[in-house]
Amino acid sequence: MADINIESELTGNVWKIVAKEGDNVAEGDTLLILESMKMEIPLMSSDDGVIKQIKVKEGDILNEGDVAVILTA
Amino acid sequence: MSFRRILIANRGEIALRIQAACRARNLAWVQAYSEADADSLPVRSSDHTILLGAAAVAYSYGNAARVIAAAQEAGCDAIHPGYGFLSENADFAADCEAAGITFIGPQADIIRRMGDKATARRIAQGAGVPVIPGSEGPVSAEDGAALADRIGFPLLIKAAAGGGGRGMRIVPDAGSFARAYEGAAREAEAAFGSGAMYLERYLEKVRHIEVQIFGDGTRFVHLGERDCSTQRRHQKLVEEAPAAGLAADLVAEIREAALGLARAVGYRNAGTVEFVVDMTTGDFYFIEMNTRIQVEHPVTEAVTGLDLVAEQIAVAEGQPLSWRQEDITITGHAIECRVNAEDPAKGFMPRPGTITSYAAPTAPGLRIDSHLEQGHTLPAQYDSMLAKVIVIAPTRTAAIEAMKQALAAYEIEGVPTTIPFLLELMDDPVFGAARIHTRYVRDVMWKGRPLQQML
Repeated sequence: MADINIESELTGNVWKIVAKEGDNVAEGDTLLILESMKMEIPLMSSDDGVIKQIKVKEGDILNEGDVAVILTA
Repeated sequence: MSFRRILIANRGEIALRIQAACRARNLAWVQAYSEADADSLPVRSSDHTILLGAAAVAYSYGNAARVIAAAQEAGCDAIHPGYGFLSENADFAADCEAAGITFIGPQADIIRRMGDKATARRIAQGAGVPVIPGSEGPVSAEDGAALADRIGFPLLIKAAAGGGGRGMRIVPDAGSFARAYEGAAREAEAAFGSGAMYLERYLEKVRHIEVQIFGDGTRFVHLGERDCSTQRRHQKLVEEAPAAGLAADLVAEIREAALGLARAVGYRNAGTVEFVVDMTTGDFYFIEMNTRIQVEHPVTEAVTGLDLVAEQIAVAEGQPLSWRQEDITITGHAIECRVNAEDPAKGFMPRPGTITSYAAPTAPGLRIDSHLEQGHTLPAQYDSMLAKVIVIAPTRTAAIEAMKQALAAYEIEGVPTTIPFLLELMDDPVFGAARIHTRYVRDVMWKGRPLQQML
């Protein structure tokens, strides 16, 4: 069991949080949806695992490289 | 009537384009801007400017009350909304008229009717324009199953309140219908708070063909069609005029259908009637009408030699349309490529940032519409389009070659752009054969590449 940081790959707003802490997720599942330059971009899980912590809330601004979600895989 | 002064309620390249049209008509303008755009080229190239508010769209270009107040403060008697923002907001158009300011666009009622998909579909059917076979509104699972047999398979179940592919299922045959309906409705309920579903024939491979029309309320013309089939996330990346590889009688039918719709609503202003052409059957169907100037209007200007934005202003002043159908000729072939601040290698991910180096190419037949310059910072609040590269040449082959040269010589540094993708597309044999369909970029060009699923 290891913690994996899911980082934002772009600068944008957190438009919608799709997953919840404690959810079982698979690689490629959408965790939250970011909005940048009028586009909705999903932030997807990089691994199978359980969501340990969601570090953002809707409306937050994320910069490239910021950790949005911590996954236990 | 001649306008005293126009408020330009938009930003970026379209603001500069409207300024050029004002110059062409010897009209004064006031450039509206947000805090994020205070140092932008459209603001610096204007003698008169007015601050709308903070960068966020809700406080600036999208704030109807603030835009109207700004027009009044600046002594403007007309507002040009450009595209996006308030350009297809019927309430805004009505509020402008109520405030004694001319909205440079169609009447509020037409925007409202054509903006409502169900109403626009009914108007199109009334005008004899083909629409995609489907239900006339939401249907229950039981009624839908009976209707599905009449519509035919494959068909699409779509959330009435939906968008972005959520609450949508492709149903290959009657046996799969009930289960697909239940799944889509559940997804739609969770995503949009409504499980209302409607049905539509599923068209696997379509080209997106649209017709530029213009009207003054009594006279209507078409300015030919554009092919906008190269898309990602349902957004256009490349447009060309005329559409290549379509039978002449089909093109004539599509143009006439668009004119029929314009006549049916007594259209006034520049407008675009959008269709899909089923590549399997050759049938065409109306999908929607855009009641504004569009991003891709320059390819039509290139092949007709006309100034569409100046004509929008003239018609809004109450002048009759300058052109009769017989005045309009289509000459040569034009292509427009949208250069966006996106990283094609990462699923066309948007990339705000600062332009560290900028040099635009020049050549005969090349037009670049852009507000870009070295040092310009791209705000995350607005869309990612940096520039439109437009070429006109005697043939499509020559236009593709001219586009390759222009793109290869275009220097934009500081953010990734779509230029590498556009160059690859210009060399693509399917694009070369004018056989691109709307899902080609996602399903064929980007198949197996990273983040394909984002397209």
